[in-house]
Amino acid sequence: MSHIQTIVNDIKGGKISARQAALEAFRKAEENEAFHALLHLTRERALERADDIDARLQKGQPVGRLAGVPFVAKDNFLTFGGPTTAASKLLKDFKAPLQATAIEKLEAEGAICIGKANLDAFAHGGSTENSAFGPTKNAHDQSRVAGGSSGGSAVATALGVVPFALGTDTGGSIRQPASFNGVVGVKPTYGTVSRYGVVAMASSTDTIGCFTKTAEDAELVMEIMSGRDKRDMTTLPDFFAPQEVPAPLKIGLIKDFMSSDVNEEVKTRTLEYIERLRAAGHTVEEVEMPIAKYALAMYYIIVPAEISSNLARYDGIRYGMRADATSLANLYGQTRDTGFEAENKRRIIIGSYVLSSGFFDAYYLKAQKARTLLMKAYNELFEEYDVLVGPVAPTPAFRLGENTEDPVKMYLADIMTVPPSLAGLPALSVPAGKTAEGLSVGMQLIGARKTDAMLLALAKSMEEN
Amino acid sequence: MTQVSSDDVRHLAQLSSLGLSDDEITSLTGDIEAILNYVKQLDELNTDGVEPTYQVTNLENVWREDEIVPDETNADMLLSLASGTAEHQVKVPKVL
Repeated sequence: MSHIQTIVNDIKGGKISARQAALEAFRKAEENEAFHALLHLTRERALERADDIDARLQKGQPVGRLAGVPFVAKDNFLTFGGPTTAASKLLKDFKAPLQATAIEKLEAEGAICIGKANLDAFAHGGSTENSAFGPTKNAHDQSRVAGGSSGGSAVATALGVVPFALGTDTGGSIRQPASFNGVVGVKPTYGTVSRYGVVAMASSTDTIGCFTKTAEDAELVMEIMSGRDKRDMTTLPDFFAPQEVPAPLKIGLIKDFMSSDVNEEVKTRTLEYIERLRAAGHTVEEVEMPIAKYALAMYYIIVPAEISSNLARYDGIRYGMRADATSLANLYGQTRDTGFEAENKRRIIIGSYVLSSGFFDAYYLKAQKARTLLMKAYNELFEEYDVLVGPVAPTPAFRLGENTEDPVKMYLADIMTVPPSLAGLPALSVPAGKTAEGLSVGMQLIGARKTDAMLLALAKSMEEN
Repeated sequence: MTQVSSDDVRHLAQLSSLGLSDDEITSLTGDIEAILNYVKQLDELNTDGVEPTYQVTNLENVWREDEIVPDETNADMLLSLASGTAEHQVKVPKVL
């Protein structure tokens, strides 16, 4: 079922106006304020755009495939109509002078950005607790985390505030919160969607994707956002094309992610999903990927290294917060100390350590070589299997504050999502049911590069089953 | 075991232009040591003769025509983002 199509049909058919659709989204956003999914609403600009769509409809002018569909963007997408903060003190009052390509493409099809969603500051984290403006609460249980870093986008989608939300996924930041809140999350092949106008975290694994209630909706959003962009030279030549439900597939269950460390209910829901895949005619076999468990160690070398250089731009000079200091060195030091959260600083320091001359070979180079081995392992598996599956995260949503004192424990929540990120592979999180306590569990579907549309077709077919 | 001292963190903070307080240095020292000891498990992998992977697209030297493209931003818009400006320039504390 398509929630997006229903709204578009209602607006185009005159059942509701685009203005009414936007107002309804604002009403739901306010009704759910306690979850703290959104940092700010972009009311004025959204209503202007909605009125424009209504006027165009009256005149019989084209309005696009997403005419009047409200959405929210993670607050690391540069957008007009309000600040773009990356949930940081550093960019608290930053007004973007341009919009991200992904936003421009959605707007060109008539979609309306109604607000910006909470995240871990600069997208560093897996719980949205690192936001400078306070955490987002899980859609099922307000004492638990939303997941992260795109926690606000996941929760806004799960609560039905908007039919889709944008997120970024560098090591699981879309998939893990999708899993924790029971929605579909898409992390595309690296290079599918332009990163232009999105706050950079780790440039070799940053990807742009979305949250939706159904795979069909995700397919439409990804189709519109994807494609080569002259402003992001790492975008791949256009390849994304929606496809029909695939023929019986050969699927591998990654055994290494079904170990005794994984929550029992997560494993049960995973195995149930696998039975449904089999019932739908697909073959599922257990596969071994011994190197997968090392991916997290690679990730927490490579990504902090890229973060330490990407975040060097926040110097307080050209934009963002500036500390009051009399010397330039103090200005940099104080601006960055006040503007960044503890996790940002942790990652910058780690990055500076692994890139420093004495340790470069032992850490950074070692990790990039290990990454080659990881990709080789995937390539070998994809010679035999069409899709690899497993859980998205080892546990359902944990309690607020449960992992904040121990960074390594927090990082372990990413252990199943970082391997595809390092290899640039597409991966989805699809709902696989709930625990006895009512917490969502997600199933991860991983494909070879550029098989995004096939994965979505598989997810669509499983929703129909 | 990788050992990290508070002086190491102080030096890294300086390299990273982070003016950390002593309390932050203390708490980061323990964190950094724990993280470095976790990632050290990569030593178990034999990477002899393996080429590093720095990027996954296999794209190389993506060229475009050398033409002027109009941009939606202009100097005034960009200057308005800076915290200190004077005479149509960004103002900073004395450098020398």
